[in-house]
Amino acid sequence: MTQIELSGVQKWFGAVQVIKDLNLKIEDNEFIVLLGQSGCGKTTTLRAVAGLETIDEGDILIDGKAVQHLKAADRDIAMVFQSFSLYPHMTVYENIAFPLRATRMNRADTDKSVREVAKVLRITDLLDRRPSALSGGDMQRVAIGRALVRRPKAMLMDEPIGALDAKLREEMRAEIKRLHVKQGSTTIYVTHDQIEAMSLADRIVIMHEGVLQQVGSPEEVYQHPQNLFVAQFVGSPVMNVANASVSESAGKASVTAEGATQGFPFPNELLAKLNGSAGKPLSLGIRPEGVIVAHEAADGFVPAVAHIIEPLGSYDIVDLKFGEHMLRARTRSGFVAGPGAQVFARLDPTQTHFFDAASGQSLGVRL
Amino acid sequence: MAAVKTGAEVAGNRIAIVAVLIITLIFLAPIYWIIATSFKPRNLSTTIPPTIVFTPEISPFVKLFTKRSQLREQPTQEQLDAAPWWERIVLEGGEKVVRDGKGNVQWSAYPNRFMNSLIVAITSTVLAVGMGTITAYGFSRFKVKGEADLLFFILSTRMLPPVVVAIPMFLMYRAVGLNDTHWGLILLYTAFNLSFAVWLMKGFIDEIPKEYEEAALVDGYTRMQAFFKIVIPEAATGIAATAVFCFITAWNEYAFALIMTNRRAQTAPPFIPSQVGSGLPDWTVIAAGTFLFLLPVAIFTFLLRNHLLRGMSFGAIRK
Repeated sequence: MTQIELSGVQKWFGAVQVIKDLNLKIEDNEFIVLLGQSGCGKTTTLRAVAGLETIDEGDILIDGKAVQHLKAADRDIAMVFQSFSLYPHMTVYENIAFPLRATRMNRADTDKSVREVAKVLRITDLLDRRPSALSGGDMQRVAIGRALVRRPKAMLMDEPIGALDAKLREEMRAEIKRLHVKQGSTTIYVTHDQIEAMSLADRIVIMHEGVLQQVGSPEEVYQHPQNLFVAQFVGSPVMNVANASVSESAGKASVTAEGATQGFPFPNELLAKLNGSAGKPLSLGIRPEGVIVAHEAADGFVPAVAHIIEPLGSYDIVDLKFGEHMLRARTRSGFVAGPGAQVFARLDPTQTHFFDAASGQSLGVRL
Repeated sequence: MAAVKTGAEVAGNRIAIVAVLIITLIFLAPIYWIIATSFKPRNLSTTIPPTIVFTPEISPFVKLFTKRSQLREQPTQEQLDAAPWWERIVLEGGEKVVRDGKGNVQWSAYPNRFMNSLIVAITSTVLAVGMGTITAYGFSRFKVKGEADLLFFILSTRMLPPVVVAIPMFLMYRAVGLNDTHWGLILLYTAFNLSFAVWLMKGFIDEIPKEYEEAALVDGYTRMQAFFKIVIPEAATGIAATAVFCFITAWNEYAFALIMTNRRAQTAPPFIPSQVGSGLPDWTVIAAGTFLFLLPVAIFTFLLRNHLLRGMSFGAIRK
């Protein structure tokens, strides 16, 4: 049972504030992913929990006990570094046994624990090797093994698979997930890769410039982004965002993106829902899968010209031009014949987001 | 990819190899000379042209380690027959081995001076490298106020030619009673080598990623434990290189040893040439002393050769 709580945490590097009033509660056995661009404060936050970085204000509580003044060694947590940090002068066995030696565990128990962890990670046949003789994936397994062997209160992972190539990253992602399900320990995982975050996290914490933007399940942050930053940071390909205006003509609502020749028709209830924000400049957000493309003109569809097509195998990403305005749509692969093709598109109202253009905050209007 | 070499490139390579061979021979010539002379009979040591082919003998080494005095007349056959083989060599050279009242052979001062050299060089190397490593670690890992100025100050202690301060040092040493003591020389050589050790070790420790220590800190070790269990083994290459340089500097130092010591703590460098002055110089003995003096540095460097050659970058840090 390990809960970690950050309460009012602030951290400055000289004049730069890298963590701004961070409040976060992590439940027992939860897999939390800190997601954000480099320099957003996610790694600093992780290092503060680990005890490798001091904080200027606030509390870090592990199981209700403030630990911000404790040394890293006294917090009983383990960390996996992006660089793996395997000690080159020790064998894999010695690397994994290293944290146990600190606790002066006897030889037999150490051996048992090391072999158990090695078995779980399937690295038993590598125990006598030096780290320099391992592949990237195996190095990562050893690094995870070194973190697991002590059965720490919590696991911290700083971009643990960021240095691996794409295919191996996918493999290791699945393995980390498998391990978490099997071992079940409170985990904080830092990454800038939103796919990693989506696939691993129980809850994602999105940070930007030291400020926590949104905390929620992968589904929540994907479906209900609280602001434009989250909307555009989560999801690939990126959500379409455009300044837009909502108008009403002949009792019909329509949304017109800046530069577009024609508005997209929307159900009338949009007007009522947007009433509170009447007159404010709006941003329209829609993910590529919310742009529905057809070959034939139909009610509610607006003509567009295909501009660039990126074939991605299972689907295509098509840039559609509506006059000056551009929207990216996701289509079945090969659906649009080629650049210059005339197609028709509409926006799925249930997948459309509206944001306050000035503050970037979601207006919370969904159809 | 095997690049095809042109004729000019092949010729160039051959010229380079010949040049390297010639340069190597030029550099090795004095060493050959010393080694050859230390095995020559005395009468062949100063012939012109130099004697290249000769029957090597160990008489210079016997003479090097024994106290001898000149014989007034040729040794008698009885004396020769009575003497052990090594004493006979000395007698045949027109000298006799000095014995004390009880008939014990008197050793020359050479073993003692050699031992002094070992004591002074090893102790000062251990101290300089030890303190240098800890200092370098501090500069490398912590924010030190005025770090650049302090490091420059440390380096600046090397800028003055040491001999300039020899006289004041001598007077100070005499005042505090450090003259002709082992500690006096050890202190001097440590101070002299420390700045060098700090700078060299800082370079090596900067190369060790600090994640290694951070991993150890999270794994339950104190910073001191992390330093000894992680940093020291990782810096072994640098420590070896620094130790070799410090040892060579201390081992070869002549000027201070000449001024600060005369008997008790005198090291080999000032002692060996001092033997030239007594009577006709026996170059074979001097060469033998020099040859033995070359060995420790050669052995030390040979033992540490793997560390010296091994790169720093074979670890498992991915950047």
